[in-house]
Amino acid sequence: MDLAGYLQRHAEGGFLPWEVQSGAAARFGLSAAQVEEVALALGLLPARYRRNQKTISTAAQLALLRSRVTVIGCGGLGGFVIEELARLGVGEIRAVDYDVFEEHNLNRQLLATIDSLGRSKAQEAVARARLTNPAVSVVPVMAKFTAANSQDILEGASVAVDALDNIPVRLELEQACSALGIPLVHGAICGWFGQIATVFPGDNTLQKIYGACPSEKGMETELGNPSFTPAVVASLQAAEACKVILGQGNLLRHRMLFINLLAMEMEEVSL
Amino acid sequence: MKITVKLFATLRTGRFKAESREYAPGTTVAGVARELNIPREELALILINGRSAEPDSELSDGDTLSLFPPVGGG
Repeated sequence: MDLAGYLQRHAEGGFLPWEVQSGAAARFGLSAAQVEEVALALGLLPARYRRNQKTISTAAQLALLRSRVTVIGCGGLGGFVIEELARLGVGEIRAVDYDVFEEHNLNRQLLATIDSLGRSKAQEAVARARLTNPAVSVVPVMAKFTAANSQDILEGASVAVDALDNIPVRLELEQACSALGIPLVHGAICGWFGQIATVFPGDNTLQKIYGACPSEKGMETELGNPSFTPAVVASLQAAEACKVILGQGNLLRHRMLFINLLAMEMEEVSL
Repeated sequence: MKITVKLFATLRTGRFKAESREYAPGTTVAGVARELNIPREELALILINGRSAEPDSELSDGDTLSLFPPVGGG
């Protein structure tokens, strides 16, 4: 029996249980991702995505599997963005961070645990995705993003996610994405406040947001960041990245959403 | 001239959320920031009537000026 026949025979009501998917991978000498691609092309939805189905069609699920998202920064924002994209079923996630976890990351960074202190943030993203969605490939890139390595880091990305913590590097990322023709989903946080925007090549939205700012860091150096602010902003970023890949909905393009969780206000700014 | 000044996030602390204020003709964004004791490094996005502006942009009677601090954490 070939793989397609095997999957069709063992699917339950159009859904493919994980046991069947992993069993097929072992039986046919394939990866879980390879089996998933064949299943989705047959119109069989892995049962893990059952609750996606009314929001994300089986065809869209296949488009997500075939996409690559490069997440620059695996700290507060990046940890939640990678978590959500992995559970969503994005086929390849590049997790870029040169840093290791420290104790002061524990208040907000999803991938920071007591056991992961001192370990690579990018590597922990790989370990986490293995637990939540083994069909997703998280590729760790343990490097500092610079203009010099930007092409290697961003190569082949359907969309990039700005989860950095340094303003000049964010501006370099915008320029690099623009030059390479890659859409960029920006997010930034400080205390009770956050902002997000989706930037297409040539929009130069970050230049408008930060252009007048003379410093490397924002007000977060004074305010720090609590647990909920990165989760809120990262979730909005993940939704934007999903929409960019699928070409659905209205993007936050030429707009910035400024979030004030203390006053519970969201201001939309045209840029 | 009358300018509506809107402040966001940390810039509201010890100041206000939105106020209509009186300024001399020719006042720039930097002039308003000085009068409000907003240090240069606490100013990032500047909007005049919803359009992106610079610290040396001059204001006109009836303008709405929105000031945002740099938010840069990840």
